[in-house]
Amino acid sequence: MTFRARHLLGIEHLAPEEIRSVLDLAETYVDLNRRTVKHSDALAGMTQINMFFEASTRTQASFELAGKRLGADVMNMSVAHSSVKKGETLIDTALTLNAMHPDLLVVRHPASGAVDLLAQKVKCAVLNAGDGRHEHPTQALLDALTIRRAKGRIQRLTVAICGDIAHSRVARSNLILLGKMENRVRLIGPPTLMPSGVGELGCEVYEDMREGLKDADVVMMLRLQKERMDGGFIPSEREYYHRYGLDAEKLAHAKEDAIVMHPGPMNRGVEIDGELADDINRSVIQDQVEMGVAVRMACMDLLARNLRAERGRQAVGVMV
Amino acid sequence: MTTLLTNARLIDPEALTDTPGSLLIENGRIVATGDVATPEGAAVVDCGGRCLAPGIVDLGVKIGEPGERHKESFRSAGLAAAAGGVTTIIARPDTHPTIDTPETLEFVTRRAAEASPVRIRHMAALTKGREGREMTEIGFLLDAGAIAFTDCDHVATDTKVLSRALTYARSLGALVMGHPQEPGLSKGAATTSGKFASLRGLPGVSPMAERIGFDRDMGLVEMTGVKYHFDQITTARALPPLERAKRNGFDVTAGTSIHHLTLNEFDVGDYRTFFKVKPPLRSEDDRLATVEAVAAGVIDIISSMHTPQDEESKRLPYEDAAAGAVALETFLPAAMRLYHAGQLSLPQLFRAMALNPARRLGLPQGLLAAGAPADLVLFDPDTPFVLDRFKLRSKSKNTPFDGQRMEGRVLATWVAGKQVYNAEA
Repeated sequence: MTFRARHLLGIEHLAPEEIRSVLDLAETYVDLNRRTVKHSDALAGMTQINMFFEASTRTQASFELAGKRLGADVMNMSVAHSSVKKGETLIDTALTLNAMHPDLLVVRHPASGAVDLLAQKVKCAVLNAGDGRHEHPTQALLDALTIRRAKGRIQRLTVAICGDIAHSRVARSNLILLGKMENRVRLIGPPTLMPSGVGELGCEVYEDMREGLKDADVVMMLRLQKERMDGGFIPSEREYYHRYGLDAEKLAHAKEDAIVMHPGPMNRGVEIDGELADDINRSVIQDQVEMGVAVRMACMDLLARNLRAERGRQAVGVMV
Repeated sequence: MTTLLTNARLIDPEALTDTPGSLLIENGRIVATGDVATPEGAAVVDCGGRCLAPGIVDLGVKIGEPGERHKESFRSAGLAAAAGGVTTIIARPDTHPTIDTPETLEFVTRRAAEASPVRIRHMAALTKGREGREMTEIGFLLDAGAIAFTDCDHVATDTKVLSRALTYARSLGALVMGHPQEPGLSKGAATTSGKFASLRGLPGVSPMAERIGFDRDMGLVEMTGVKYHFDQITTARALPPLERAKRNGFDVTAGTSIHHLTLNEFDVGDYRTFFKVKPPLRSEDDRLATVEAVAAGVIDIISSMHTPQDEESKRLPYEDAAAGAVALETFLPAAMRLYHAGQLSLPQLFRAMALNPARRLGLPQGLLAAGAPADLVLFDPDTPFVLDRFKLRSKSKNTPFDGQRMEGRVLATWVAGKQVYNAEA
């Protein structure tokens, strides 16, 4: 098993074998989570702080549950949105946290790069739970695990990511991960929601959804933020649904056994047809949530092992 | 007081020559260059074969006085300039309060004269508070010594107000400096849009925003006939219209910053905020096109765009961090990168860093010829060193070159024949 990272800040810093290690370990936690007694002592005695500078229910709950099942003492710190923009707060928060000696810090922040900045200043392992439009690594890992379990592999697949690519950290992390694992990635969306220069990142860009979905093994839908719906980026919700909403007709262009994914929370009738989302033969959206807990357990377990090893080396005075 | 500088490489930006020789200073002026016999009683300085050039005239330096003296004072900026071979600072009016009245202009003029070992001249705002709503007292400000008028990085959105201010400035023969940038397109941007911005998840601005800003301003120049200088041209797309405007005989010039000539967007790396400047660093293609434009003389002036920012304004998430970099002391060593890369000769560099800005502003500096003020810099283009930002003389240490290998060191600086910096002292 290979996993050398000290922090999990983004998929960008992970090697393919590290990604595989996370997925393999997560499989064991999937089994654990299905038992009646869902407990491990991997993080026993360790302190995990979840710090969310941006509102989140699902991701925060998933991290909290993951930590608790591994036996960590979990604390949730919700940080008021108004103080977020003050940079002193971020650095000062880091210093305050250091004094509390946490072992794992789970951070979500609305600014790209803010989690990297925090990681430079704290003395514990940092997990990025989403920074601005930059990365959301555990989401990409849980998507990879879901795909691997559904398709039996996580390479040589054609994966279509559809929707608001420009503002999506999920899309970025997935694009990087799927590329590293040698998949064919297609990005589908209106040009106003497509980041510039993205075609140079080793993926194919489509404006026509039917064309982009052709022969896809996996269809990943992205959430369209409410504030982007009215005129700024797209003309209207209904025009968006007409052109880019996933329904049975559009899905028919993908492979017959293509799976449908969504990071949630869904806007039924905006980016995805409600019935399709609930179709257990096609949709793996509920599996994604389940894999989320397992993947986060695996990530925290691996980071905790590295943290213990590093502290051990420091204690015996070995130069790192 | 007569001083003879002997055994020097004379960098003449006017003749574009680089020749061995001596230079004689008398009463603060250059009186002879080339093969000069030692006059009786003259102090002789052996330059050891190093380069002697006219002191840098740096157009567009931000100094924190008034309002942000903790970031930079006239004293600290003056000392940094002397150590960097900058003998004339042209200060920006984007202070707190803005330099937009004769009274504030007189204040900074007096403070600068008391505190700085190098010359400092001041620009004034074109509109009150740099808000783009009402023009300043351009006439009074000219009388009080304003050398040019600019709202710095604030782009006037009301084209009518701007056209009136430019018309009024034209009637007084004032030089106006503008920032070519379409404000709507560049709003909120922290990087240049493209692959890098997309990977980092940072809001980007298309390089086209510079061209659109340029075109609008150029239209107003054509309409009003004002003397106009574009502060920073940093993209390839803005170069053909600039060339065309010059060919058509309009009184326009353009500058660029040393950072845009020596760094590109990828230097930002993992959100390093010391690389956040305004406009944002560009692609490598744009950087190379800009360097070529300086070599060809399409871009006239290289500035340091010295902008001191304290640690608190920079130790923030990239989007929230303040833009700007200190550069008075790193200007010359950074410029030497272009020399060592074979892209610009030393006379070409000093044409853009000394002669052209002086000419554009109507100053007698920038020449290495008899009659010119003895504002000089002696430097060795080859001395290697690793930059340590905490050794900079500026109060703020926000340089993108921290820890980088540089070549080129200033050995001595003279202003009006008086030595204001000596590396060995």
